[in-house]
Amino acid sequence: MLVNPISKNNPVIVLVLGICSALAVTAQLKPALVMGLSVTVVVAFANVIISLLRNTIPARIRIIVQLVVVAALVIIVEQFLKAYAYEVWGQLSVYIGLIITNCILMGRLEAFALGNRPFDSFLDGIGNGLGYTLILVIIAFFRELLGSGKLFGFQVIPDCLYEAGYVNNGLMIMPPMALIVVGCIIWVHRSINKDLQEK
Amino acid sequence: MEALNLFIKSIFIDNMVFAYFLGMCSYLAVSKTVKTSVGLGIAVTFVLLITVPVNYLLDTYVLKEGALVWLLGEDAASIDLSFLSFILFIALIASMTQIVEMVVERFTPALYAQLGIFLPLIAVNCAILGASLFMQQRAFPNVGHATVYGLGSGLGWMVAIVTLAAVREHLKYNKIPAPLKGLGITFILVGLMSMAFMGFMGIKL
Repeated sequence: MLVNPISKNNPVIVLVLGICSALAVTAQLKPALVMGLSVTVVVAFANVIISLLRNTIPARIRIIVQLVVVAALVIIVEQFLKAYAYEVWGQLSVYIGLIITNCILMGRLEAFALGNRPFDSFLDGIGNGLGYTLILVIIAFFRELLGSGKLFGFQVIPDCLYEAGYVNNGLMIMPPMALIVVGCIIWVHRSINKDLQEK
Repeated sequence: MEALNLFIKSIFIDNMVFAYFLGMCSYLAVSKTVKTSVGLGIAVTFVLLITVPVNYLLDTYVLKEGALVWLLGEDAASIDLSFLSFILFIALIASMTQIVEMVVERFTPALYAQLGIFLPLIAVNCAILGASLFMQQRAFPNVGHATVYGLGSGLGWMVAIVTLAAVREHLKYNKIPAPLKGLGITFILVGLMSMAFMGFMGIKL
């Protein structure tokens, strides 16, 4: 339950959920990591809450109940980041709010939490959150390394390379390359897991 | 003139999909044929056109710091409810899509038959919430600008999904390496389209 969503059922590259934020916040590693952890926390606790309420929610209004639970959790996370990590909060801007409409949340709540016990739902939430974080970190690693020669804001490409004529690829930090990097990750992942290939 | 500039800008330069990656889930899932993607595009534009101005009014008259002065008098000048904006925006969007669905069903059954399945999905499309959050962040001067922004973003999203669907319809006849088939090639395709849209950057009317 915890390991499965990390590769075989990865929410981003296999189930295609939560793409928006995965692409938008990955120009640097630090915001990507913070975003991944925020989503993990929100998915895990939303799963637990919905799982506890699953027998009392009327089926017809469940989407609104889910949205309210998620929105409340996201507000808590946002206020926490604003208080303790103001710089990252500024970089993430509207994408923290967009965790509410992140498809991973709705997908897990609908598909898992509504039919399983709280502890299982908690593990499922953590697993999916980590699968999401992993992809974000991989994308951000390549984009920050090739786009600005840094990792977590520290320069890793030595100065002598720049003097020898190496130039950062400015396109890597622009939006289009995020999509192409995800395309390549899917390519590699599906070459290894042949059963995932589409016909 | 300023409004026209904003309109063009929100369609091409600040395109919801290519510049901010909003609404990607349904963008990738529904863009298999041109016909359905036109339907979803119209539905998204319609809902954005309604929710952005309504959320603008909500933000200006209820949520912003000092926004409650018109209701409670000068004592309310220090009340700042903006931390509640996520929950109120999403509640308003969910109920708006519900109302839009009912109105469309009542007055234009033909359109409803076409959009039917997509309308409930739109409540959780991040392009809708994203447009409202960008509207709040950019602090537009009046409700007219917010309306133009909503309409422009919707049309931009529609342009993006219809063009992708058109390309994907032709993609069926091409030989693509097996691991790239389906999702992989679509991502790379969207990346290339996004690069083309970068060409619009810097245009000013």
